[in-house]
Amino acid sequence: MIRTPLLGMRSITKHYPGVLALDGVHFDLSEAEIHALVGENGAGKSTLTKILAGAIQADAGSIEIDGIPIEIRTPADARRFGIGIIYQDFKLVPELTVAENMFLGDEARFSRGGFIRFSLMHREAKKVLSRLGEEIETGLPVKKLSVSQRQIVEIAKALCCQVRILAMDEPTASLTDHEVQNLFGVIRKLRSEGVGIIYISHRIEEIFEIADRVSVLRDGKMIQSCAIAEANSHDLVQWMVGRSVELKAHPQPSTEIDSSPRQEILRIENFRSELVHEVDLTLYRGEILGLAGLVGAGRTELARLIFGADRKASGKLLLDSQEVTVRSPRDAIKLGIGLLTEDRNLQGLVLQLSVAKNITLSSLAAISNGPFINRTKERNAVSEIVRQLRVKAPSMNTTVETLSGGNRQKVVLGRWLLTHCKVLIFDEPTAGIDIAVKQEIHGLIRRLAREGRGIIMISSDLPELLELSDRIAVMCGGRITGILPREDATQERVMRLATNYN
Amino acid sequence: MKNLLQSFGIGFALLLEFALFAALSPHFFTADNLLNVTLQISITAIVAVGMTFVILTAGIDLSVGSLMAFVGVVSTSMLKLDLPLAFNFPFAILVGLLLGAASGMLAGSFVTRFSVTPFIVTLALMTIWRGLAFVYTEGRPIWELPEAFAVLGNGRTLGIPNPSIVMVVVFVVAYIVLSFTRFGRYVYAIGGNAEAARLAGIPVKRIVTQVYVISGALSAVSGILLASRMNSGQPNAGLMYELDVIAAVVVGGTSLFGGRGTVTGTFLGSMLIGVLRNGLNLLNVGSYVQQVIVGVVILLAVLLDQWKKR
Repeated sequence: MIRTPLLGMRSITKHYPGVLALDGVHFDLSEAEIHALVGENGAGKSTLTKILAGAIQADAGSIEIDGIPIEIRTPADARRFGIGIIYQDFKLVPELTVAENMFLGDEARFSRGGFIRFSLMHREAKKVLSRLGEEIETGLPVKKLSVSQRQIVEIAKALCCQVRILAMDEPTASLTDHEVQNLFGVIRKLRSEGVGIIYISHRIEEIFEIADRVSVLRDGKMIQSCAIAEANSHDLVQWMVGRSVELKAHPQPSTEIDSSPRQEILRIENFRSELVHEVDLTLYRGEILGLAGLVGAGRTELARLIFGADRKASGKLLLDSQEVTVRSPRDAIKLGIGLLTEDRNLQGLVLQLSVAKNITLSSLAAISNGPFINRTKERNAVSEIVRQLRVKAPSMNTTVETLSGGNRQKVVLGRWLLTHCKVLIFDEPTAGIDIAVKQEIHGLIRRLAREGRGIIMISSDLPELLELSDRIAVMCGGRITGILPREDATQERVMRLATNYN
Repeated sequence: MKNLLQSFGIGFALLLEFALFAALSPHFFTADNLLNVTLQISITAIVAVGMTFVILTAGIDLSVGSLMAFVGVVSTSMLKLDLPLAFNFPFAILVGLLLGAASGMLAGSFVTRFSVTPFIVTLALMTIWRGLAFVYTEGRPIWELPEAFAVLGNGRTLGIPNPSIVMVVVFVVAYIVLSFTRFGRYVYAIGGNAEAARLAGIPVKRIVTQVYVISGALSAVSGILLASRMNSGQPNAGLMYELDVIAAVVVGGTSLFGGRGTVTGTFLGSMLIGVLRNGLNLLNVGSYVQQVIVGVVILLAVLLDQWKKR
């Protein structure tokens, strides 16, 4: 017997200028089901979710709840139909309390004569939280909560509106393993109450752990939809990517076996700051040193200390065995150290400026005659970089705002290439970039190392780290817990070192 | 229509004004009157160039009017010293310029080293310089200045008013700096994303300080020119001038959020407001009504700019 699904989306189509975001997509969700929605960046997951949430409208197609066709024209409509969405960036107001956030927009429920009865609001809030099996002080301002606690508040907020369908976009992105298990407990509890959950994620292991069904989107089309028991990770990746991808357990070495003695290019001695505790590290010429660890382990902090973006409390830095002082990014760049920041948009690029201007930003002295910028030198330098890195842009004078994530990253990389730096630190270089450009960037990183530079690569993508690194240094709690050479590096070993509480 | 506006924007509005006033008044479109307009806008336009630099870095300088007055009274007081004129003249001007630059240095340091918001720093300086101008002169204007001084602001060279010449020179230099030099590039980068600029190795603190120094120095130039035109050092000179200056910059398309704008735009903005005032004068529109009209036009010009950006 086929039961009427709780939610049925049929033939959903959505156009954006120049691209077909969704092409006749069918998606069903049953009651008491955790349904994973997977796909690469740009596959259409967010678009589908936004249509369900009433944030945007589909160009064609229909949506049914319990078999009855409905129209979702605004987020308020979606709420009325019992649809709740939890986005990656939580929509909570940091200065307001947990209870106030949960009932944001719905205060009328507790008002009497224009005044809000806060005691009643807090009581209701506590009730909802206990439904989830959670105890969070409802009087605390949200800014004082941890990321996982905020997520619980977001879920509770959705529950306040009698939610029957809950969509969660990359819910475990910033959570520790323990917090992820906690979240799974909450999700399973919701399922037991009959709520249908759409779980959008990149993380394949999690999907196999939590989901009942899985649907794969690729380039706006629904490729496959089946029970989780009927799928395996290899098939899943293949459906997502569209071709057979080898999940390398032991990748080929990225550089030829070099028997000459390794030359030290960078040495860190006893670096200390608020979040980094007595770190010693050596980087060799031609090496890619991976830096692994969980969120909060101190990797980005260490990178910023090396680059002079933050002040260190103490420590020595040696470049080519000579001690140097780095007190600002300017000092670092002069010495030939570069940093590709974690957030390329907020910290790397000046979005209003052109591709050319962004690329030459750190090397203007080299292409100037005195105070004046030599436009010809600039043009030549930039076209060479654009050619080498294959930056896709209408012209070098287009603003970087219009470029895709992958091309933006290439612009940033181009900037550092132009500085002829000896040491380059990458912080999450391929975050949010699709697989084709990702591999291009991997190739570029390998080439940079081959040319004799020292590369430090921070990444939360373990397969990426394992594939590219000659050695992997693992950080936990601001310290280096271990350094694994390529031959000995496995995901489990790295994870063990990353969760080592010493 | 929208395309036309997008390509010419303020320039188009200016042409409209020209056409309008040329039609309404026979005296408008004469060489004499137009030169007059450039003279009338010169004082605020020179300061507006400095303000453009500051606003491009997402800052603001409210102290310009007061600084003009303070520099005016200090410079003119130097001229009353019992010293040979050949020395006195350049000395007075130099002192004035250094004073303006020092004010900028002070403002810049507070903004960069102590991270005080520019609004508050320059607001404080605005009050301080105004107060000091009155203290220094004991509230009385400085009269009876050497005749040669008045030539600076009131004289003409090759038929063009001196202040207009200074204005053109200032604009040309500013244009070259912003479009062709590293410094100019850095100013735009800092305004667009100060943190990214810092991480790209740009000496943000130094450049921001220099930008306020430029504003201070140009305010000093205008302060001296103004004192020359009035042939006296007045402690209440330049009252509320900062508003006209900021209006010219914003009308010219420079964004208060930084990173976007040009001195060409500022020049057109100054012209737009200047031509408007001049035209309304020729039509004998009362000064209070003029005030209202100018305000409305500023609002419209900014709205137009916003619409153009969509």
